[in-house]
Amino acid sequence: MATQHLTDLSIHELHGLLTGGEVSSEEVTRAYLARIAQVDPRVKAYITVTEEQALEQAREADRRLREGRDITPLTGIPLGIKDNMCTRGVRTTCASRILENFVSPYTATVLEKIKRQGAVILGKLNLDEFAMGSSTENSAFFPTHNPWDLERIPGGSSGGSAAATAARLCAGALGSDTGGSIRQPASHCGVVGMKPTYGRVSRFGLVAFASSLDQIGPLARDVTDCAILLNAVSGYDPKDSTSVDREVPDYTRFLEKGLDGYTVGLPEEYFVEGLDPEVEALVREAISQLEKQGARVVKVSVPHMKYAVACYYIIAPAEASSNLARYDGVKYGFRARGYKDLMEMYKKTRSEGFGAEVKRRIMIGTYALSAGYYDAYYKKASRVRTLITRDFMKAFEKCDVLATPVAPTAAFRIGEKTEDPLQMYLSDIFTIATNLAGIPGISVPCGLTGEGLPVGLQLMAGHFEEHKALRAAYNLEQALGARTWPEV
Amino acid sequence: MKITHSEVEHVADLARLTFSPEEMDSITGQLNDILTYVAQLEKVEASGVEPTTHALEVENAFREDETGKSLSADEALSNAPEREDDTFVVPRII
Repeated sequence: MATQHLTDLSIHELHGLLTGGEVSSEEVTRAYLARIAQVDPRVKAYITVTEEQALEQAREADRRLREGRDITPLTGIPLGIKDNMCTRGVRTTCASRILENFVSPYTATVLEKIKRQGAVILGKLNLDEFAMGSSTENSAFFPTHNPWDLERIPGGSSGGSAAATAARLCAGALGSDTGGSIRQPASHCGVVGMKPTYGRVSRFGLVAFASSLDQIGPLARDVTDCAILLNAVSGYDPKDSTSVDREVPDYTRFLEKGLDGYTVGLPEEYFVEGLDPEVEALVREAISQLEKQGARVVKVSVPHMKYAVACYYIIAPAEASSNLARYDGVKYGFRARGYKDLMEMYKKTRSEGFGAEVKRRIMIGTYALSAGYYDAYYKKASRVRTLITRDFMKAFEKCDVLATPVAPTAAFRIGEKTEDPLQMYLSDIFTIATNLAGIPGISVPCGLTGEGLPVGLQLMAGHFEEHKALRAAYNLEQALGARTWPEV
Repeated sequence: MKITHSEVEHVADLARLTFSPEEMDSITGQLNDILTYVAQLEKVEASGVEPTTHALEVENAFREDETGKSLSADEALSNAPEREDDTFVVPRII
C-alpha cells in the first residue's frame, strides 16, 4: 500500500486495516514520520517530533494487534498533542521561552488514557504561547501555516493541532479550548474540532490558562473520528476536582440516528454585521442541509451574547494573571541571569520569559483584580456570565442544538492582525460564549470560499449533550459528501 | 483615558513585570483600547444576579483523607533552575 495513501485515511478506516492485519502500526507510523519530514518544514505544525518513542509505541501496538489483546479504536493510531499537555520525559513548552526546556515529571491524564488504549504519539504541536491567541502567531518559536494557503494563519490557539490534522501530519490531535481555541482553528483548517462540556474531560496535566474556561478536546478528519477521540478522553478523574463523575456514553452510537424530530435553533445575535457574506452563505446553506435531513429550524435569541467578548477579556486574563504567577524562575522553567535580589530576579525572568501577548493579558488581569477594581471588573463580568448562561439554557428549551458560524471570516493572512490586539480578540466573537456557559460546541466543515479556504459550522448543545451536536454534525457531513484535502 | 502611565507602572510592579519606555507607551495604549471596549459591561443591568464561579452546579469535591503516591523530592526538583540537595536555591531574601 502506498505510504502517502495511509496518511489520508481516517482513524476508523485505519482501525479496520490494522485489525484486519492489512497494515501494521509501524508502517502507518513510519508513513506519518516520513510525511512530517517532507511537509512540516512548510506547515510548521510540530514543536517536537518524538520519533523513537512513536516507533516503540507502534511496535507495542502491533504486538497487541497480533495477539488480539486489549484492542481499542485507537490501538496503533498515530496522534499529535498540543504542546500544553504534560508528557513525562518529553518537553512541554507551551510555545513559551519560559518553558522552553521544561520536562514534566508526570503525564497528563488524557495522554495516560490514550496511551493505555494503544495510541501512538507522534509529537507535540505548536500553539499561541500559553494558548493565548487566535492565529498561532504568538508562538515564541515560529508561526504555523495554514495548509490550504501557506500565507495564511491556521487559527489558534490550537493551530498546530488543526494544521497537522488537515495536512495529514497526524491522524487526529488533541487541543485545548478556552475561548474557541479548538473550534476556530478547526474551522480555518477544514477539520472537525470539539470543545466538550466543562468537566467532561480531565485537565490534570494541561498547563492552566483560565481555569473556569479551559477544556481539552479532539480535532479530527471527520465526525466519527471526533466521536472516537471524545470517547477515549472523557470521564471523571480524581486528580481533577472539576471533572464530573458522570457516565460516558459511546458517542459513536448517536451519529447515524438521522434528524427526524430534531430542532435546530438559529440565534439571531450570531448573524450580524461583521460576518463575512461568503461565510454567512456557506453557514446558511449548511443549515438548510440540516433542514433537508429532517430537522426543524427555529429562531431563538441569546441577547447577552453580545457582551461575551467583553466578559471574556476580563475573566480569562484575570484567571491567567493568577495562574501564571507560578512562573517565577524558582521551581521550573527559565531563570534570567544578572540580578541583584529576589524581586529583580522575578521581574527579569518574567519579562524576558513571556511574550508580548502573555504580558498584555497578565497586565489586564492584574489590573482587573487589583484593589478597588475587583467588583467593577471580575465580579461584574462573572454576573454577566450568569446572564449569558441563562440565555443559552432558555434557548435550549426550544431546540436541541444551536447552529452558528464559528468565525466571522475565513483564515486571515499572517501578520494581518498582529498590530491590533483588540481586532484579534474580536475574531473569537462567536466561540467565546460557549466557554462562558460551559456547554459543548463543535466546528464541522461546511464548504470552501471562492478562494478555496475552509469554513466551519458551529453546533452547540446543552451541558453533557455532546451527542446532540455530534449527531447534527455527522448528518451534515453525510449530506455534503466527500471532502478534499489540501495539497501541501 | 481609562488608565494612566503611572497606573500601568504600578500594575506592572504587582505583576512582577518590567517594560522599556517604548513598550510602556504601546502597552498603555493597548490597555486603554481593551478597557474602553470592556467598559460596555457597565451598561448591563446585573445587580442581584449571582456571579458564576463555576460553569456547572457542582457540590464541593471531597475525597477520603488517605495518603497516595506523589512525586519524589528529586522529581519535583528536576526542573529547578538552581538546587542544592533537596531545596530550591533563590537569591538572598533578608
